Amino acid sequence: MTAVLQIEKLNRNFGALKVTRDVDLTLERGARRALIGPNGAGKTTLINLITGGLTPTSGRVLLNGEDITKTSQAERARRGIARTFQINQLFRGISVLENICLAIGERTGACNNLWRPAGASAGIIDEAFGYLESLRLADDALRLVRELPYGRQRLVEIAIALAQQPRVLLLDEPAAGVPSSESHLILDVVDSLDPEIAILIIEHDMDVVFRFARQITVLVAGAVFTEGTPDEIKHNPQVRAVYLGEEVHGEQAAGQGATHHG
Amino acid sequence: MPSFAAIISILFDGLAYAMVLFIISVGLSITMGLMGFVNLAHGAFAMAGGYLVVSLTRSLGIPFLPALVIAAVIVGAASIPFERILYSRLYKATELDQVLLTIGLAFMSIAVCTMIYGPAPLTIRLPSILTGQLDIGVRTVPTYRAFVIVVGVVLIAVLWYTFERTNIGAKIRAAVDNRRMAQSIGINVDRLFTLTFALGSGLAALGGGLAVQTFGLTPSFAVLYLVFFLLIVSVGGLGSLKGTLVASIVLGVFDVGGKYLTPEAGGFFIYALALAILLVKPAGLYGRE
Amino acid sequence: MAASDVTTAGPDDRRARARAFIERRHRIRLGEIVPWLLIAAVFFIFPDRTTFGTQVLIAIMFALSLDLILGYAGIVTLGHAAFFGIGAYTVAILSARLGWGEPISMLFAAAVLAGIGGLISGWFLLRYRGLTLLMLTLATAVLLQEFGNYRSDITGGYDGVPGMEIWKLLGVFENDLWGHNYYIYTAIVLFVVFIVVRHIIYSPFGQALVGIRENVRRMHAIGSPVHRRLVISYTIAAAIAGIAGALFAESTAYTTLGVFDFDNSAKVMVMLILGGTGRLYGAFAGATIYMILEDEFSKAFPEYWQFGIGLVLVLTVLFARRGLLGLFEDVAQYFRRSKS
Repeated sequence: MTAVLQIEKLNRNFGALKVTRDVDLTLERGARRALIGPNGAGKTTLINLITGGLTPTSGRVLLNGEDITKTSQAERARRGIARTFQINQLFRGISVLENICLAIGERTGACNNLWRPAGASAGIIDEAFGYLESLRLADDALRLVRELPYGRQRLVEIAIALAQQPRVLLLDEPAAGVPSSESHLILDVVDSLDPEIAILIIEHDMDVVFRFARQITVLVAGAVFTEGTPDEIKHNPQVRAVYLGEEVHGEQAAGQGATHHG
Repeated sequence: MPSFAAIISILFDGLAYAMVLFIISVGLSITMGLMGFVNLAHGAFAMAGGYLVVSLTRSLGIPFLPALVIAAVIVGAASIPFERILYSRLYKATELDQVLLTIGLAFMSIAVCTMIYGPAPLTIRLPSILTGQLDIGVRTVPTYRAFVIVVGVVLIAVLWYTFERTNIGAKIRAAVDNRRMAQSIGINVDRLFTLTFALGSGLAALGGGLAVQTFGLTPSFAVLYLVFFLLIVSVGGLGSLKGTLVASIVLGVFDVGGKYLTPEAGGFFIYALALAILLVKPAGLYGRE
Repeated sequence: MAASDVTTAGPDDRRARARAFIERRHRIRLGEIVPWLLIAAVFFIFPDRTTFGTQVLIAIMFALSLDLILGYAGIVTLGHAAFFGIGAYTVAILSARLGWGEPISMLFAAAVLAGIGGLISGWFLLRYRGLTLLMLTLATAVLLQEFGNYRSDITGGYDGVPGMEIWKLLGVFENDLWGHNYYIYTAIVLFVVFIVVRHIIYSPFGQALVGIRENVRRMHAIGSPVHRRLVISYTIAAAIAGIAGALFAESTAYTTLGVFDFDNSAKVMVMLILGGTGRLYGAFAGATIYMILEDEFSKAFPEYWQFGIGLVLVLTVLFARRGLLGLFEDVAQYFRRSKS
């Protein structure tokens, strides 16, 4: 297996606070890795360090063996790192279809064109529509994003990332904030993603993690606590102590929240 | 090279000017730092102070000093309904909305003042004790400017004490630093903001009253000096008392010095300096990055 | 009927409908001819008001340039007058100091110089957003004004540049007493500028600007060179504002440092907000209504005029954030709904 993404001894401090400590992590082609850990473990920070939204205090990030630690966020995205956000980051005032077209346009360089009408490139529209169909969003193609229910917006979040044709896809709690009646749809989508893409997913729902992931990294207080297959993690007594135990409470709290929503 | 006497003059006049700038700008700095609200109507509160002092001294025959205090109190109190009814609705809005609302308010204030007082510049009759010259040893200086500096120094001391030593000051600093955190530890940020807004507007009015003699007072005051106040606030760093003071002194002294030494180029260099500082330190000299 | 529709609407239909929708968006709609008909009509109905009409057209162009950056890219600037001023002074200095008064070439010169101003200041400034950007744009305009004041030996300071000599248009048409020729000239330039802006807005680049306005974080995440896109749009908007400023200076053969005033930056923003941002024709509606109202009221009742503008701004922010055109749409939709 070839490593697509490698992180070496990555550190990030906010003042005196060490949010990421000596993190090593590798994603191979087609990887299905879950990143778990209690709240405040630095999971989203790690994603931001990988995408370039944050610069590490020390350490390296390699994409296909090339050092991209100093590369800008946009350049990393163009080289194939895509992400979704824990809280939706969408173009709310334009249609779903145009959200996707924008991602394609930026990927292909079409957005450098100031003169040709955007509607003239049938290829882009067709491709965008393809993503929408595969995520069962085709009926909403022409609706404004802000008019969609939150669960559907979560799908748009993923569709934009897919439209980037990424080699590495970082999913930050894709089903967060979605009532459980709808979250299965999102997780089905996640399950059926292109097997070539290396995927790192942050997820709190252990059922999802154990179903989806082939490797699991446990992050505690900014450092890698342990790594392993779902089976190893499930039966690791230390993980149960520091993390899974706490998660039981977390899940109950989340469950109550969800019933309030519904 | 300018003579020693000229340098003393520049420093003295610059300092007097800086004090007025500081008194007017400090409220703007705190409210912008606290709520991130772009308040382009701040100059209007200063102007209201100026006109109130004119009215109080001329029509009601109230002496200058009490008139200053009364004007500050009235404007401070009058600003509360503005904050509660209009500003508070736009705390979460975009800065564009805030800009538009407060430009609108500034325009309306200019119109109202023109209707009441006419477009011609107005002056204040100062008590005889504040007119004339004062001997400060190396040189004689206008008494009024010395008075402004004294008022400024006293206010700085009071503000510094309020900010650093009192409970309410600690709350304001906490809220400027991290609003959400302050809220979560039980500080009523809304009420705090109303309070600081009123305080800031009152101070602006006081500064406006002091400025009549040096800046001149016309209805366009509300916008004319606004750019300068905004620059001071952003160069100093939003929400920073120290920053506003330093920026007021630097820009005030440089402005006076520039106009004294090279009357044509003075304004240009002061804005070039401000722009350069902002480009290097976009959060201002003492702002949070 | 409806049920069979659903069953026959296969995936291909949906796709075709979506494609048709996107493809149709940039096509010219019938209603778009209205403003141009009005511009032409004014010429024939109010032949003695064309001098004023020219100023309205210039204001439209200025507001249109602001719409490109404010309405589409979401750049909030308090210093757009800087570029209008550069344009005006390009004409003033060329015609009064350098002995070149050919109007059309001066427009190009103004566009280039204002564009360079936009490129340089934009490259530095557009890294910042929000409050910082507001202050920096404001300071830039004041800086230019103060520079003009510093070199008042060239600019004439606040008294204006004396002795501007603008040559005849194409060597034939003079700026006659009624301003007929300049009205036509300005209308043609406005049309050309409008076509350019319209193309940009419906281009993929224009879509990217909207993306930046809607969510800049996501734009970074999908690999958009945000800074470059902003600087390009800012440069184009600056060039157009420069052309507007140049037309102002040519049509009045006069300009003072007052063009750099904060008032001027605020005024163009008010016009655009009044008409509606990010909708291409908002600039037309807003600038026209503002200029007419100003012309009617500002001299007769200056205080009431200023009070009225302030009040309208406050009310717009609180109740009609999408401007007059948006309000119009809302009302139309309301009646359509209540009918059905």
